Amino acid sequence: MPTTTTIDGHEIHVDDEGFMTDYPEWSEPLGKALAAQIGIDLTDEHWKAIRFLRTDFVDQGETATIRRISTVGGIPTKELFKLFPQKPAKKMAYIAGLPKPQGCV
Amino acid sequence: MTTEMTTTETTPIAPSFGEVNPDRKLAIICSKGSLDMAYPGLILANAALGEGVETHLFFTFWGFDMINKKTMGKLKFTMLGNTATHMPQGLGGLPGMTAMATSKLKKSIAELGVPEVPDFLQQIVDSGGHLWACRLSADMQHLGADELYDAVEGIISAAEFIEKTEGAQLLFI
Repeated sequence: MPTTTTIDGHEIHVDDEGFMTDYPEWSEPLGKALAAQIGIDLTDEHWKAIRFLRTDFVDQGETATIRRISTVGGIPTKELFKLFPQKPAKKMAYIAGLPKPQGCV
Repeated sequence: MTTEMTTTETTPIAPSFGEVNPDRKLAIICSKGSLDMAYPGLILANAALGEGVETHLFFTFWGFDMINKKTMGKLKFTMLGNTATHMPQGLGGLPGMTAMATSKLKKSIAELGVPEVPDFLQQIVDSGGHLWACRLSADMQHLGADELYDAVEGIISAAEFIEKTEGAQLLFI
């Protein structure tokens, strides 16, 4: 069943885990609020990754994996693990308002 | 917007990323040196690291080819003895067949954006994974640390690997 939740005054559609399900509902201020939900304060480096994910999703129709963000987006894997510790791919997808990445690599 | 079919949560729903289980570890023993059998361990290691799981790979026997600088970029795939190719086994023995099967497999892997073995190992290391070489295999093949992939952390005995991975879930490939 579709669910909506309110994050920092933004009412958004999400799945059971809280990942956004409606691409156009996202905005950069919302991204900032989503990041705050999981304890991340977004810097310019974080934004570079998030903006790549947003653009790449439109081109590819799916959420980029770590591999793709590093090879195509040009942000090294090590850096991604520093910016979004432990579970970088999922954290980035969450902040960017995208589904969890489906690709294995 | 709220419709009849939509439930609205008043408290924000957010995934729980913070609760990584610090006790969860994964140990992967890579014992095969063929291209097709190199990938399962690499893919699973990569997936585990992406989930914040401490991951250790132990390269032993033929798996040593995955970290030997001379062979790691040249692993092969053969139809011989592999009924899963669903081709007559006799074909596999013809000259050039292994080279052809290898290049075909490499192409399909590349098309999926999956890196070649050396690049994949680098990605695993960059993601915080640990690579270990088996002492016995190194001795058997007369190989030292210089001949192995630079990111290999050490040449260790099986017992040392078991010590390092205490409490880990283990995969033998």
